[in-house]
Amino acid sequence: MNKKQKKMLVRITASALLLIGLSFVPSEGLLRFALYLIPYLVIGYDILIKAAKGIKNRQIFDENFLMAVATVGAIAIAVTRNGDYTEAIAVMLFYQIGELFQSYAVGKSRRNISELMDIRPDHANIEVGGRLEQVDPDEVEPGTVIVVRPGEKIPIDGVVTEGSSSLNTSALTGESLPREVGEGGEVISGCINMTGLLKIRTTKEFGESTVSKILDLVENASSRKSRSEAFISKFARIYTPVVCALALALAVLPPLAMLAMGAPGGWGEWIYRALTFLVISCPCALVISIPLSFFAGLGGASRAGVLIKGSNFIETLSKTKCAVFDKTGTLTQGVFEVNGIHHNELEDEMLIEYAALAESASSHPISRSLLRAYGKTPDRSRVGNVREISGSGVIAEVDGSEVAAGNAKLMEHIGVEYKSCHSAGTIIHIAIDKKYAGHVVISDVVKPGSAGAVRALRDMGVKRIVMLTGDLRSAAEKTAAELGIDETYSGLLPAGKVDKVEELLASGQDGGKLAFVGDGINDAPVLSRADVGIAMGAMGSDAAIEAADVVLMDDDPAKIVTAIKISRRCLRIVYENIWFAIGVKLICLALGALGIANMWLAVFADVGVMIIAVLNAIRALFVKKMNG
Amino acid sequence: MKKTYKIDVDCANCANKMEAAANKTEGVKNASVNFMTLKMTVEFEDGSDPKAVMREVLKSCKRVEDDCEIFI
Repeated sequence: MNKKQKKMLVRITASALLLIGLSFVPSEGLLRFALYLIPYLVIGYDILIKAAKGIKNRQIFDENFLMAVATVGAIAIAVTRNGDYTEAIAVMLFYQIGELFQSYAVGKSRRNISELMDIRPDHANIEVGGRLEQVDPDEVEPGTVIVVRPGEKIPIDGVVTEGSSSLNTSALTGESLPREVGEGGEVISGCINMTGLLKIRTTKEFGESTVSKILDLVENASSRKSRSEAFISKFARIYTPVVCALALALAVLPPLAMLAMGAPGGWGEWIYRALTFLVISCPCALVISIPLSFFAGLGGASRAGVLIKGSNFIETLSKTKCAVFDKTGTLTQGVFEVNGIHHNELEDEMLIEYAALAESASSHPISRSLLRAYGKTPDRSRVGNVREISGSGVIAEVDGSEVAAGNAKLMEHIGVEYKSCHSAGTIIHIAIDKKYAGHVVISDVVKPGSAGAVRALRDMGVKRIVMLTGDLRSAAEKTAAELGIDETYSGLLPAGKVDKVEELLASGQDGGKLAFVGDGINDAPVLSRADVGIAMGAMGSDAAIEAADVVLMDDDPAKIVTAIKISRRCLRIVYENIWFAIGVKLICLALGALGIANMWLAVFADVGVMIIAVLNAIRALFVKKMNG
Repeated sequence: MKKTYKIDVDCANCANKMEAAANKTEGVKNASVNFMTLKMTVEFEDGSDPKAVMREVLKSCKRVEDDCEIFI
């Protein structure tokens, strides 16, 4: 509890004790009024001041105004009727208890979240003359070697130059399994070094590092409001004046009608009913619990490694009916591996060696995977006269013989008969001195969680699952079949992906939203075009993270399922609160107008409903470990 | 220019009110309040003086929600 809350607790206790004490003191008339005014002012003075300020600043209809009018009115009635001031004071007392409770609950959940998001490193260690010096991470230039001791956070992204250790990434990814790193491994800031001393050469400035990017994202998360929130604030703006008008009508019209009919007006009774009506009507439960639910939802999600950029995206995400996936890097590892060598006239190693050497000048992913399969650093001096045939492959001289490595088109181009391959993937044909030497199959590997994620998405009612890829049809269809995806569009250029997504958006069913999941640089336009763009892996491209609405901290596709589940749960809580609060209020309002409900019921309808709604909202914070 | 300020406010709805008030203040291009982190991010119009603008923002916020604070 903070100072403000403690002060309020003291006021509540004092006022309650006074109220109980006074009930044993017999008093009458003005003395009684003066005595009871003490607990009332103790508990309610700030509300009265706020209400007065609100009127002065033309912000009349808020909950302070409602409470002030209701309690002052109740006191006025007590003066004229029976001298029972308890009700008025109790209303104020319970209102303040509710407020205190709410502020405590919010503070508690805020601490909960900020503790978990406590990934901001406060210093970096630099070795100066054999001694470690602590400096502000902001001052560390890229390329500096920093030292991270066990138990410390890695402050800046970089590459390990010395040492090995396991890293705790749970603050970033929600993943509890530690990650092992060794020399040459890339590390991202925000992870906690658990076991060994690491020396890291930084590759980025602090401001550009993962941890800064994530903090920036979380801190700006609530800037986009959901439709439910907009609805509630609009609702409150119309609702409060309407209720006040109704209360006024309830206080004035029936007595006037009675008088007109010649009966006694019964003013006291009707004013009492009107005041009850006012207390019940206070929209606190709604205006507090709805933003709080989203707040807790965003917090709970970031705890699970899902960063959502605004509560509007929680709403959109929960209505996802169509999920569009990019293939490479999203459903698959994005790491191409040599998966087969066929029809070779030479030994496997020789064939790979020739292919790797011929392609050694290129930085294409294919040539990189050939080099990986070769496993040695290519001796560039053996290669000469490299000609790249765009879109087909390369022809180069290796050890004096002409080596052609590329696709079927290249073989046709140089007039070599080749054997076509039935395996899916990219086929690199190799011809040496215009003689066919065999081919190498290179294909991507599907991520272990992909098939499970697709299945889980279908189970939760995502009707359409589509895969887009720039790859060839055969490779795309093989992956799709493996994962159980029935709609695939292959051979797409980045612009083609945007067109496809627009087509899917246009053909979508009413209300169903389209989510696009991607990672690559060329996905950024699609990410921003989709209803909700999900970028995978905080280590993916910066452009994708900026364009996306939801960022998954690690690149496990199962996190998409988690994200949708969290959003649906959050929305369900929001709707529960809306219906529950409005429902109870309407019933109590009707009872109040009919004179069945008294102030005590009114206090429950206001404070009780608020406390229940707040407790329900906080539930959104607790995300169960969800798999698949 | 964009700056972030620490704020203090009690309820989520009050935070929304502050945000609306800040956005209406002259010299503010866009303002957003994050109730979760208790921070207000203000994007200023070109050529405006952030300090002067923030004083106005605080004034307008106090008008809609008396019980709030911005640590300028």
